[in-house]
Order: sequence, then C-alpha cells, then structure tokens
Amino acid sequence: MSLEIILRSGLSTGTILLFAAIGEILTELAGIQNLGVEGMMLLGAMAAFKTALATGSPWMGLLAGIAAGGLLSLAHALVTIHFQADQVVSGLSLTFLGTGLALVLGEGLTGQNAPLIPNVTIPLLARIPWLGRIFFADQNLLVYLGYLLIPAAWWYINKTRPGMHLRAVGEKPAAADSLGINVYGVRYLYTFVGGCLAGLAGASISIAISPGWYSNLTTSGQGWIAVALVIFAQWNPLRAALGGYLFGMLRRFMLDLQGPMLLFGLRNPFFYNHNLVFFLQMTPFLLTIIALVWGSASARRQRIGAPGALGTPYVRGERG
Amino acid sequence: MSAPYRLRIQKRTEEVPRWLPMATSIGAIILAFLISGLILTIIGGDPIRTFRYFFNAAFGSWGALSDVVVKATPLLLIGLGCGLAFRMRLWNIGAEGQFYIGAFFASLVPLVPLVDMQTTPKFIILLMMALLGMLGGGLYGLIPGWLKAKFNVSEIISTLMLNYVAVFWNNYWIYSEFSDAGFQMTPMFAKSAWLPRLADYAREVKAFSGITLHLGVVFGIIAAIIIWIIMTRSRWGYEINLIGDNPQAARYAGIDITRNIILVFMLSGALAGLAGMSEVSGVVHRLQERISTNYGFSGVIVAWLAKLNPFATILVSFLFGALIVAGREIQPSGLYFFIQGTILFLVISSDVLLRYKFELVRAASEE
Repeated sequence: MSLEIILRSGLSTGTILLFAAIGEILTELAGIQNLGVEGMMLLGAMAAFKTALATGSPWMGLLAGIAAGGLLSLAHALVTIHFQADQVVSGLSLTFLGTGLALVLGEGLTGQNAPLIPNVTIPLLARIPWLGRIFFADQNLLVYLGYLLIPAAWWYINKTRPGMHLRAVGEKPAAADSLGINVYGVRYLYTFVGGCLAGLAGASISIAISPGWYSNLTTSGQGWIAVALVIFAQWNPLRAALGGYLFGMLRRFMLDLQGPMLLFGLRNPFFYNHNLVFFLQMTPFLLTIIALVWGSASARRQRIGAPGALGTPYVRGERG
Repeated sequence: MSAPYRLRIQKRTEEVPRWLPMATSIGAIILAFLISGLILTIIGGDPIRTFRYFFNAAFGSWGALSDVVVKATPLLLIGLGCGLAFRMRLWNIGAEGQFYIGAFFASLVPLVPLVDMQTTPKFIILLMMALLGMLGGGLYGLIPGWLKAKFNVSEIISTLMLNYVAVFWNNYWIYSEFSDAGFQMTPMFAKSAWLPRLADYAREVKAFSGITLHLGVVFGIIAAIIIWIIMTRSRWGYEINLIGDNPQAARYAGIDITRNIILVFMLSGALAGLAGMSEVSGVVHRLQERISTNYGFSGVIVAWLAKLNPFATILVSFLFGALIVAGREIQPSGLYFFIQGTILFLVISSDVLLRYKFELVRAASEE
C-alpha cells in the first residue's frame, strides 16, 4: 500500500464518476433530473466495447459509447419535456431500459479483448517532482480529458452566455422563456449532453480504465454514486471532481487494505478473516449517505439549493 | 397549402373516462411486446417463436401457473409497499434492500435458532418469522425515512445505497457465521420453518403433487385488502393522500408530515421485509445469495403500472410474475429487463393521454 498508488488510481477511477457527475450537473441545471445515469453508463460501456471490438479502433468505440448514452437520454427528454411525465419514474425506467438493452446487445462480449484507449505520459509535466508522477505519468488519455473538462465545465456554467441561459432555464423557466430563450430546446440539449457524458463515463470503464465487459457488474452502481455526487457537489463541477477523485482513492485504499498481514503494526483483520471484506465493500455506499447528510446540511446553511425548477415540467402559459 | 387535417391538443377539463387509464396501460404493455419483438428480430431472433415459448413457459401448465403466482408473491408485497410510499411522493427504491434484511431477520428464527425448532408449534415459528421479517424491513425503511424527514436527504439515493449495503450484510453472514460447511448458503431450515405448500397435501389431493404454490400469496392478498382499507377508509389514509397531493395544504391542516414520512417508510419497508420472509420460508428454505431476482426494482414498476391501486397491484404483479417465469427460460437474459423498462416507459408516456385530449380536426373547420 503506497500513497502514490492510491492517489494515482484515485485520479484514474475517479475520472469515471467525474464524467457522469458533470453530465448530470449540466442536465439538472437545466431543470431535468435524470436518474437513468446507471443505465446510460452501462449502455455506453457496452456500445464502446462492442464497437471497439468490431472496428478494431478504440476511438470508434469511444464515439459509439458517447452516442449510445446520448441517444438513450433522448427518451428521457421526450417523455419528461414533451409528455411532462414524472422525472423520477422516467429516470428509473431509463435505467431498466439501458440495462436491459446493454445486456441483450452485450451477449457474448464477456472475456473478449477489445483494443483500448492508451495510457500516455505528458512529456514535461511528468517531471515535476512527485506530483508529476501522480498526475501526468502513464495515466489514461481520458484522465487528462477529465482534467480539462473540470475547469471547462465550471467556466461554461458560470462565465458564458449559454451557461447563463442554462441556469436561467433551470431556475425560472418562465422568465427565461420571456427573454426569448427556447426552454424546451435548452432542456433537450443538456439532457442529451448529460447522456453523452454518461456514455463517455461508461466507455471510460470498458475500453480504458478498467477494461472489459462484465454485464451489469461493469458499472456496479457507479451511476447511482454519480447522481449522489451531484447533490453532494451542490451542482458545482469543481466539487464534483473533488468528490469523484476522493471516491476513487477510497476504493483503491479499501482494496489495498486487504493485502498485507500487518496493518499499522497490528494483525490485519481483513487478511485473516476474508469475510470481513464484505464490510469494507459496504463503506463506499455508507459514505455516500453520510456525504449526503453532510452535503444537505451545509447546502442548507449556505442557502444553496437545487435548481429552482428541478423536476418540474415547464408548460408555456401555465403558472408564472 | 396546409394539410386537410391537423392534430388539436387540448388540456382535459372534464373527468377522464373511467376506461381510459386501464386501456392506456394495456396498450402500453402490448406496444412494449411489439417493440421487444422488433429488437429481437433486429438481433436475429425469431420473435413469434420466442413469445409463444414465453407464453407456454408461464401459462402452459398448472405447475407453470403456480410458479407464476409464486414469483408474483414478492412482487405483490413489494409493489403494495412502494405504492403506499409513492402515494406520498416518497421514492422508496430500496425495497430490494428491505427484502434482504427482512429475509435475514426471518432466517434468524431457524438459524440461531431463536426457539426450539422441534417442539415449538409450526404456527408460532412462522408467525415469529413473519413478524421479524416485517421488523427487519421496517427498521431498514426507517433509516431513509428518518434521514429524509430529519436532514432532507434524498430518499432515492439513500435507499439505493442501502440496497448494496444489505446485500453485503447478507453475504457476510452467509459466507461466515451461518455458512453451510463453507458453501455460500446457510443450511436448509428445519421443516417447521417452511410455509405450507400445496405440494405438502399431495397425499390427500393427487393434483397438488409438485405444485409449489405456498401460503405467501395469502399474505399478499390480505395486505392488499388492508392497504385498500387504510387508503380509502381511514383518517391516516386521508392524511397520506393529502400530503401526496398538496403538502402545503397538509401542513396548514396540522398534519405531522415528519411522522408520516417515517411511518409510511417503515410500513413500506415492513411489506418488503415480509416479502423476504415469504421467499426464504416459502421458496428457498435457506438464506443464500441472489434470493431476489430484482424483485425490489420490479416492484417499483408494478406499483406504478397499477397506478398505486392495491387491487390493480395484484393483477399487475401476476403479469410480472409471468414475465419472470418466462424470462428465465429465454435468451438473451437481458430481454426481461428490456421489456420491463419499455413497458414502464410507455406507461408513463401514455399518461399524457389522460391529461390532454388529442383530436384530429379538419383544418377547414377551425375558426
């Protein structure tokens, strides 16, 4: 167990959560809650893996993964925006739909080896003492994409005109409408973008960070953790990234806990009684709940809430 | 030149015709099968043969039909619990976890054992198991309910996370303390901890031999009746409905919302816990991994498809029981999830028909 390995691996597995959480942040800022992240991720992971296998190109796989997540999200967009269906139920059905579709189309992919997105070392930056080895040496290309996405998303949401429109639509759709912003259009767009990012998150599992297709164990609940992360992050991409990376580190740490016979000079209980590992496996999920309790409390203190119109359909001419 | 007809969409002002919700649900189910058939054709399957096989696997014999009811039983109990919570707009997605914890609590009776399994009357043992199952599920439902009421923590996320926790919790006990000689399951329960099955009476009635139908389904039907009475005939049901429809008004009316959130969550969890008890005591007869084939999530769909109506829940859970029984026979295995997802999607989409009126009108006749 070394700190360097934990940090490195946290950055890499955290990238998966980061993509999905930033996607969901964009969707929720537009006023649409999409609980289908797990389904979109799984479909993205399957599509990426299958396409990479069929074409021999991980890049085609990546595109297919992104497209699959995006296309699936459109079902949610149509049903919640035009048909004004309940967003919670629609999001759940999207997870069923995505999972089912991924399992049906992913038959027989288990155990195959698809071409993968490569790991790269950034020439100069990697030479920064210690930090360089952690952040910039032999990480997957998508990890670097994650580094770029964090400030880009923050800047886009807070500093640009379309970002302002996005927040207006999620906060006060009627007011946005009266300013000539196309509320339905914006909501479709960001639901789609969120879906694409969830697809990317899925693809970054299956053809990059922990490669392979293991049916529904491929995502193993990470989509749900990403949704929780959004609340914890209070719709801020910077906090979402931090949370994602921390989560990644935690997972690695718990894996490493099981290895050594001695832990901090004491007999390692997880080494001698392997069944205790089940309690270790619970911790990410319990910690998510604790993070949520803490997140909701601090959000209330600072009066940061969900986007005002989150979860409510907008109908022109109805209410103010 | 404009088209001779155009679609006119108007918000419904009058009462929705009574037959319409039923008709849209049935239409959605039929459409879901058509779409699934299309997908099957695209990936190179034969939809007609698959669906005929599907139908035979579920309804082809008395044995198959009894299997369907056995599978429908947990769905019914969970669907009732979820429906109750949804009525208050509480999203209990945690029935899967509550089911596992209920099964675990119920299993303590024969595994520890809490009472002498040889001498205690079967009735007492089963009653204890049912009560402990409900207690386990209820307590496990209390956690997200309390977090929601106290800290405003999203119950969707907390229940989902607790699902994973429950599975790991059960695994620990199955793999260690209660493991049957190192296998990943507990020893078989003593016979006195088994819910009576029709097959037990094969000596008296020949036709019952091999029929696995057990007493759990009776729990489900009784629960449906009780919930129906609570929701339509009691003050508590009125409060739940009011909170669901208009929390603001409920608060002004002096209804304690916090208390109701916690109570409804506990009852919802207790029903899922009872489903867990019925499954280990009526079907599996031991605690092991994967005692649930996604009952918790299917229960959500069942509740929604039944429009939260307890009696409709009985019908819908029967249909989904058939889907499960047939689904385990067919490949690819994900088709079952896919059909479920499609049905739910179409049902919620079809709700738009209940809110709006769609009419084809002659373009000329307008204005």
